[in-house]
Amino acid sequence: MNYIGIDIGSTCAKVVVLDEQKNVCLEMVQPTGWSSVDTAEEIKKKLLAEGIDPDASPCVATGYGRVSVPYANKMITEITCHAMGALKINHSQDALVIDIGGQDTKIIRIEEGMVKDFIMNDKCSAGTGRFLEVMANSMGMRPDELCTLAETGGGVTISSMCTVFAESEVISLIGRGEPKENIAFAVVDSIVSKVASQASRLHEKGEAVCLTGGLCDCEYVCKALEKKLQSQVITSPQARYAGALGAALAAAKIKL
Amino acid sequence: MANYVEMWKELGMDLENHDNLCAVLPVAYGDVYLSQENRPEGMAFWDMVVADIHGIRPAELIEAQKNGQKVFGTFCVYVPDEVVIAANGIVTGLCGGSQFWVPDGEAVLPKGTCPLIKASVGARLGKTCPFFRIADMYVGETTCDGKKKAWEILGTDVPMHVMDIPQMKREKDIVKWTEEIKDFAAIVEKVTGKEITAESLEAAIKLINEKRKAMARVYEARKAENIPISGKDALLMSQIAFFDDPARCAMMCNKLADELEQRIADGVSVFPAGTKRIMLTGTPMAIPNWKLHHIIETSGAAVVCEETCTGTRYFEGQVEEGKATLDEQYRAIAERYMGINCACFTPNSGRVDDIIRLAKEYKVDGVIDVNLKFCCLYDTEGYTVEAALKEAGIPVLGIETDYADEDSEQLKTRIEAFIEMLG
Ligand code: SF4
Ligand code: SF4
Repeated sequence: MNYIGIDIGSTCAKVVVLDEQKNVCLEMVQPTGWSSVDTAEEIKKKLLAEGIDPDASPCVATGYGRVSVPYANKMITEITCHAMGALKINHSQDALVIDIGGQDTKIIRIEEGMVKDFIMNDKCSAGTGRFLEVMANSMGMRPDELCTLAETGGGVTISSMCTVFAESEVISLIGRGEPKENIAFAVVDSIVSKVASQASRLHEKGEAVCLTGGLCDCEYVCKALEKKLQSQVITSPQARYAGALGAALAAAKIKL
Repeated sequence: MANYVEMWKELGMDLENHDNLCAVLPVAYGDVYLSQENRPEGMAFWDMVVADIHGIRPAELIEAQKNGQKVFGTFCVYVPDEVVIAANGIVTGLCGGSQFWVPDGEAVLPKGTCPLIKASVGARLGKTCPFFRIADMYVGETTCDGKKKAWEILGTDVPMHVMDIPQMKREKDIVKWTEEIKDFAAIVEKVTGKEITAESLEAAIKLINEKRKAMARVYEARKAENIPISGKDALLMSQIAFFDDPARCAMMCNKLADELEQRIADGVSVFPAGTKRIMLTGTPMAIPNWKLHHIIETSGAAVVCEETCTGTRYFEGQVEEGKATLDEQYRAIAERYMGINCACFTPNSGRVDDIIRLAKEYKVDGVIDVNLKFCCLYDTEGYTVEAALKEAGIPVLGIETDYADEDSEQLKTRIEAFIEMLG
């Protein structure tokens, strides 16, 4: 028996499959694209190609596209799934999880294996992956390139929290001939500042946090966040799959 | 609804735009209300009222005006209905609860104004709500800054009296509020041409007390283990109470309460056993704002109580009856109303006490503190409310939203996650 977790986020769809012993036996990621229904179909095909039949295996869908997975046995929100995934990755029962997602950022407080509290940003893409994407786009580079470049820059800040205004700030900085690395620095600084201020309602000074979501691949973002929070930021390559992993763990509890 | 077109025309309404509202409301009501299962039969009355919301009651009000009565439109549960009724006047609530009216409000107000104010001003200036056309006089209050300034704008279009509400609750503030009520009474007497006597005021006090008690009975039923009525239906009852004739309102609420009490005895519930019980706290939900209730109750939880002005703040506490003189009666009225705990007061620890008490009485599993966007008062007080709830071990989720639907998906995720968190 395999257990399937599917996390359809705004930018990427992540899939984690567990074996009987709840060990990860498959991880996949793909862009969500325009339609989460199509994405779910594609995922199904890929799973079948791997010899896993999603119709015959317990499957939990999460993420904002969770309603679009017809073969899922259950839907669970990304808050709960990220929390469960993060616990598994960190081999712990207590954690403060920061998930920087494509269109929202979540701060989740977990105690004794249970979600105790959480914060999710409102209709605003400041401090999310979307913000990074838009800024990278207007600078003509990939988001990961921007993050790497940011490490070598400094001295500039973006004052606007609104993505639209911030974009015009970036464009005028480019126009003024500001070196790209300084602008990149300002973009990352803006994101981590926003995330840190959001986290401040739940984060206790000095407490280590677990970072999940797409941005955790980027070393400099983790470093910058550590500096802002004045706390250790723990992450791992698996952390971007935390939502899907949590969903797969929930699937393992389903009896078909 | 065609038979009301003449009436709307005479009221000087913008018929074309009003048609747009008439087209969407039944659809929304069908989706949100009529789709519910096993509703109490007594809700048929409210279904009927909503189906002709711009027809039946407005026609009654116009009829009353023809017979010489005056209609006062109010925006806050601090404005005492008793005084108006004692002078043979009629009160109708005027708070706007739909995004439909917001753009017309934004035409004159800053965008960063709370949607309740924008919708209320928009409903008047856009000429798309008969109640806003019918009222002979509006009664405003000095509660929040947004409202205070909005009255100045509305006052250029309609006769307006503003009551000066104290911001603290010391003895001298109660004395001041008593004086404000007396001044209001004098204005009402002038508009209606009827003198308020100790007898007429006593009768009005009894009438409104009865209405509040009837509403309280419906709420009492929601404390039961088997929840006999959905939060949405209870909310609707509260919302309509602001518009209806108080005697009929009391009668209908009592009838509904009878049925709910029977349901409790028979073990009938509208939710499966074990459904998580949620209390909402925060800003008022004016009709037709059913947004949060709908999201919560389609996410597998039940709303069992609203600590809002369209909930417990509206009906808790009675005016002491049996006072001999007008002066004593006005004082008794002032005392009852000063017992309402609105975030425009400071300090406002009474509200936090209320919330903790209600959470226990209604045996809630969690609290959702919901504030209308740009309501600085409730938003700021949310910090204190959340801290107190956490301290008491009651899970709480803070939400800020407006009337627009854009954030529904986001809200659904947060609310579902909150319900998952409750276990
Ligand atoms: S919230 Fe405050 S200002 Fe608004 S109706 Fe209630 S008491 Fe009045
Ligand atoms: S919700 Fe807040 S801002 Fe809006 S009218 Fe009421 S007190 Fe004022």
